[in-house]
Amino acid sequence: MKQKPRVAIFDFADCEGCELEIADLEEEILDLIEIVDIVSFREVMKEHSDNYDIAIVEGSIMRPMDEKRLRDIRSKAKILVALGACATIGGVNKIRNQWMHDEVVRAVYGDAPVHGNKLFDVSKAKAVNEIVPVDYYIHGCPIDRDEFKQVITALALGKKPEIPRYPVCVECKKNENICQFELGNYCLGPITRAGCKAICPTNNSPCEGCRGLIKKAETKCVWEVLERYNLSYEDIRRRCTMYNYGKEECQVDE
Amino acid sequence: MSNDFSINVEHLTRVEGHGNIELNVKNGKIEKLQWSVVEAPRFFEAMLRGQNYNELRPITSRICGICSIGHSLASLKATEDALDVKITEQTALLRRLAINGENMQSHILHIGYLAAPDLLGVGSVFPLIGSKHNDTVLKIVKLHRLANEMSDMICGRTVHPIRLIVGGFSLLPTKKQLLALQKRLGESKSVTKDLASVIQSVSDKLPNFTRETEYIALSANDEYAFYDGVLNSTDTGKFKDYKNYQTITNEYFVPHSTAKHAKHNRESYMVGALARFNLNSNQLHPGAKEVAKMFKLKAISYNPFMNTIAQLVEFMHNIEDSIDLIDTLLDKGIKDEKPVKAKVKASRGVGLVEVPRGLLIHDYTLNSKGYCTKANCIIPTNQNHANIQLDMEKLVPEIIDKPPKEIELTLEMLVRAYDPCISCSTHYLDVKFI
Repeated sequence: MKQKPRVAIFDFADCEGCELEIADLEEEILDLIEIVDIVSFREVMKEHSDNYDIAIVEGSIMRPMDEKRLRDIRSKAKILVALGACATIGGVNKIRNQWMHDEVVRAVYGDAPVHGNKLFDVSKAKAVNEIVPVDYYIHGCPIDRDEFKQVITALALGKKPEIPRYPVCVECKKNENICQFELGNYCLGPITRAGCKAICPTNNSPCEGCRGLIKKAETKCVWEVLERYNLSYEDIRRRCTMYNYGKEECQVDE
Repeated sequence: MSNDFSINVEHLTRVEGHGNIELNVKNGKIEKLQWSVVEAPRFFEAMLRGQNYNELRPITSRICGICSIGHSLASLKATEDALDVKITEQTALLRRLAINGENMQSHILHIGYLAAPDLLGVGSVFPLIGSKHNDTVLKIVKLHRLANEMSDMICGRTVHPIRLIVGGFSLLPTKKQLLALQKRLGESKSVTKDLASVIQSVSDKLPNFTRETEYIALSANDEYAFYDGVLNSTDTGKFKDYKNYQTITNEYFVPHSTAKHAKHNRESYMVGALARFNLNSNQLHPGAKEVAKMFKLKAISYNPFMNTIAQLVEFMHNIEDSIDLIDTLLDKGIKDEKPVKAKVKASRGVGLVEVPRGLLIHDYTLNSKGYCTKANCIIPTNQNHANIQLDMEKLVPEIIDKPPKEIELTLEMLVRAYDPCISCSTHYLDVKFI
């Protein structure tokens, strides 16, 4: 039998919730380690190896010292997978990018002596693909466990993982939910990438856009929705800032 | 042993987030001993500026994956305190179930996956699979799954809950679901006892180390406090003026950590399961008291390594408490309640909750349109950093004659015992908005 691919999991600035989703696979982790060797996963194991085929990277990149570490990981990995919204699109960390960097640092650290301290050398929050090339994406905040299994299984078999290119509305309709717009909520389902099984609207809560905006949104239909429910472009722009700061202009208004 | 050695644990494993331990010994004397947090700071309070009061909960949930339910509840309590939202009894009961589910999930993850490997002499839980401890691993997995499915059922999702919203729940569990959960909780009591026996059999590996310190937690009149209570200290007693919590949690900056430190009556204090146990152990359910007895754990215990054992005690308590909560909910019948509506006004609100790692506080100031102008979050792990450092300073001289590898492992075990959540603690910081 072919050797199992060696997988290493790394984290940067984030809540580690996506790694927790991996731990939450419970007994299925046992199936997972049948098809791959996990050689580094700091959150749950002490062992570490620099010899790996697939690097799974969680978190946003904030500091030069983190960029350096990420480049080093990229140079060792044959395949790099971005895990979760912080890594795939910058996630909630990008909310702060709307302010001048110096102003945020001053506001947060005040007069504390952080100048020249590399721990505090923070720049704008970045997604992983703003620093190094990313081969595959596992979207979501947090990720969907089933999608994680599908992607890893595909990679272990040497296949290209497929992720949905259609909007959350498709999955939401399949679940027979009442439309969040009908309930008076503002939902990003029409322009957000599916793959989450529409978990938020299915729990009666509007989509926040954590899986990123789809490339070719049906903008005509989006404008119709905005018009029908008497919502403004400003509303969609404001809602987008939780996960998609800086992306909404080019994605929606085309 | 040699007189000169150094220990450098960069990115300590099996903890949540990035922290380093540094120890330099020259001629048998400690030259440097430092616990530092090197995780990138994330500026959450800055990010809350200008956010609508309904958005504060989903954003602050993202401070931490492990305690996202705790952050969500502290956030909702702060928002509801600011806007005078009075939640219903049903909502309060369900939120208590949610916090029990999270506490169980987080504690069993720590006990089983992060702390137990040290006691069983392995680097992670993986080598235990298929070993003589296979059965123990399956028990841990079973309890972990139960806790997660419980949180999924109440909150819609364990990591970053969905149903917890201002004024109540976006969707409620059904009677059938609650009954099924209650049955499984009942069955899990004996599994928990079995697990406690296994850990008891290796508990001599827990260092017999003590250092007197102050313990701070919430206390309530009629229950072992998690969701609600007043600030309480083993040194100074109860402090009811919750909006002036800063008098207790004095946070300060240290240059080697991107997380703040805190102190109150002494140079440091501890929060978490052991602090709660030390203050409120007489309110534990009977099964939980039995677990404490198995380990001869009595209040006040000054051994930080016993925090893991206090978590095990609390795990049993959460099971017993949840069974009672479901009884109360079903007696009253699940009502199809809509969330209580908030009336927007300029105001400040503070929410205090006990989460797996200890006392958590969210503090929001809202403007007249319901948008946040100022925020502060006090994180359990930040309150423990100074205590970890002082524990190390007392512990190392006591074990300095042991081989460096053993000293390193003991120091790692000490930090792990606190179950630090470093993502949380670098959420950063007090922000003053101009």
